[in-house]
Amino acid sequence: MPDLANTPAVVLSGIRKSYGEHEVLHGVSLTANEGDVISILGSSGSGKSTLLRCINMLEVPNAGSVSIHGETIALDQKPGQQPRARDNAQVNRLRAKAGMVFQSFNLWSHLTILENLIEAPVHVLKRDRKDAIAEAETLLARVGIAEKRHAYPAHLSGGQQQRAAIARALAMHPSVMLFDEPTSALDPELVGEVLKVMRDLAAEGRTMLIVTHEMGFARDVSTRTVFLHNGVIEEEGPPSLVFRNPRSDRFRQFISRDEREAR
Amino acid sequence: MDYLQLMGFGPNGWGYGMLAATGMTVAVALCGYLIGSILGSLGAAAAFSRFMLLRGIAGFYTTVLRGIPDLLVIYLFYFGSSSVISGVAALFGAEGFVGAPAFITGAMAIGVVSGAYQMQVFRGAVLALAKGEIEAARAYGMPSFLLFRRIILPQAARFAIPGMGNVWQLVLKESALISVIGLVEIMRQSQIGAGSTRQPFSFYLTAAALYLLITFVSGRGFRLAERRAMRGVRRAA
Amino acid sequence: MLIDFPFLWESFTALLKGIPLTLQLTALSVVTGGVLAVLLALMRVSNKWWLDLPAQFYVFVFRGTPLLVQIYIIYYGISQFPELRQSWVWPFLRQAYWCAALALALNTAAYSAEIIRGGLLSVPAGQIEAARATGMSGFLLMRRIIFPQALRQMLPGYSNEIILMVKSTALASTVTLMEVTGIAAKLISQSYRPIELFICAGAIYLALNFIVARLFAALEYALSPERRPAPVSAADKPEKARA
Repeated sequence: MPDLANTPAVVLSGIRKSYGEHEVLHGVSLTANEGDVISILGSSGSGKSTLLRCINMLEVPNAGSVSIHGETIALDQKPGQQPRARDNAQVNRLRAKAGMVFQSFNLWSHLTILENLIEAPVHVLKRDRKDAIAEAETLLARVGIAEKRHAYPAHLSGGQQQRAAIARALAMHPSVMLFDEPTSALDPELVGEVLKVMRDLAAEGRTMLIVTHEMGFARDVSTRTVFLHNGVIEEEGPPSLVFRNPRSDRFRQFISRDEREAR
Repeated sequence: MDYLQLMGFGPNGWGYGMLAATGMTVAVALCGYLIGSILGSLGAAAAFSRFMLLRGIAGFYTTVLRGIPDLLVIYLFYFGSSSVISGVAALFGAEGFVGAPAFITGAMAIGVVSGAYQMQVFRGAVLALAKGEIEAARAYGMPSFLLFRRIILPQAARFAIPGMGNVWQLVLKESALISVIGLVEIMRQSQIGAGSTRQPFSFYLTAAALYLLITFVSGRGFRLAERRAMRGVRRAA
Repeated sequence: MLIDFPFLWESFTALLKGIPLTLQLTALSVVTGGVLAVLLALMRVSNKWWLDLPAQFYVFVFRGTPLLVQIYIIYYGISQFPELRQSWVWPFLRQAYWCAALALALNTAAYSAEIIRGGLLSVPAGQIEAARATGMSGFLLMRRIIFPQALRQMLPGYSNEIILMVKSTALASTVTLMEVTGIAAKLISQSYRPIELFICAGAIYLALNFIVARLFAALEYALSPERRPAPVSAADKPEKARA
């Protein structure tokens, strides 16, 4: 059993991912320590979502390794073949520890909000149904949609759906949370309510990796900022440093463009 | 007698008979399909009509004909036209039952049935048109007929190809039922062969293979046509 | 031409006697064919070529040939093999009833398999990904997420398939079975009054199909609470009205 306090939450090393001939990630390494809130920035096509999806094996990297809390995921990476996880049971176990929040929410459309929250705790973690319901209700109250527990996802606004999706991830007691552009599919006036929930989670000291376009959030909330460009990390460091004094020209352009758009 | 001799083209072989029957199957299916196309487009036009009566008739036609077994329709056409012909023959002194010509009644029967399906295909194809494109045409002042001819028809024809392919396969398989009124197509020929050689399995398996061949080849044809027609149309996902 | 009501009524009552057989053949073939169809659909989506290919071939053959050929091969064709006439299947396959039921079942399995496959493929990738991200996989993922959603998608198509099966049972009359069409054909050839009999038999089929369609519509409604407008309960605070 590794020492949880000192082992990093997530270690990615030398991650390469290609689709056919096209390589999206050219050997990316990244370490998230316990309590880190890492914002992953980059323009579309930079590979940032793919990188995040490599952590819980929604994409299996062609080369490189992924460790979660010191446990390395066993991979079959033979050249010329589709990479595969060797042990599906291990992948499922580690996935249950990494709570994921998607750009398009992906709440299960045939289940009510409450059922969405207890589905995986009851059926994957085999938790007691009553306990799961009690906890789910607490979580829904926390993200401010307790009154929607018996509604179906289609009946909620985008912001409510995304808050429900965050609660669904929390219901698994994740040790690390992955956010894949959580506010990109939302109407501008609904972004704030989701960011507020995420801000609260960060304040709790949760380990979070967030692919985002929200510069303000990256600057104010994250402990570290990673800027990806064309499948490599161009810039990395605490936001107070990199935003004020970017070393890479591309990142400088990236943030200045954003500032221009904000004005 | 082994299978190759049985289905061969030698003196005792049934090859020529089966080949001719295949031609008959394709011919009667084609005729039925064409009759169906005419009825189907009339039906679709009626379904979009301003007159409630026409819309009602079209709806009744497609609902009833798609809800009743094809075999029943074939019986209706065969016995119905036979009794008319018998009646006429009786006027000229003939006695008893005079059968209607199987080819025409068969083609009519599957034509009427497939028309009900083709109507749905045409209707769906027109409904699949983007509203915006029709609006754009109206905004440029196109009158109704021009709009139909220049904008709706060329596009709907493309959307209709896959559905038309499905109906063709349906008609082809339906044509086997015409064997019950005596038309010597693949099924009837196989029955004759099976009866006289006492090798039913060999004959019906051959029949199955022949149908498979026709459906496969024509399916390819339709897919080719679809790919050709769909050039320039971008599909979501 | 005057309508002969007594004859119409007489025909109608005679044809009603065929309904039990029509329904039996439909039910028997839909149930057994449905089981086979699920198997075939799972083979088709398995991503393993040695499962996918045989299933594809099966579907190709049974959808590419007329049902009548399939019935004839089973009913008449099998008797060509003396070995089969000695075996345990013969007591079943010498009876038109079981031959027709078997042919109908094998036939509907091919069509239903494609409907089920379509339903399975219609489940949005995001729904499956979200389940995988929580650690679900295999049978659990199938049972809890994919199948419930696929079922709602494929109900309309499957309802059509059952209506087609009700109609297809008419072909059982070609191998001597006296279901509705069989009785109709017999009465037509006795009376030479095809129009009256067609109206009666047609009405029976339309009524049966109408019942099937209504049942499935009700089932679809019962199974899709998420597609209905949001319920308004006392617990719901009037937060924000949404269309």
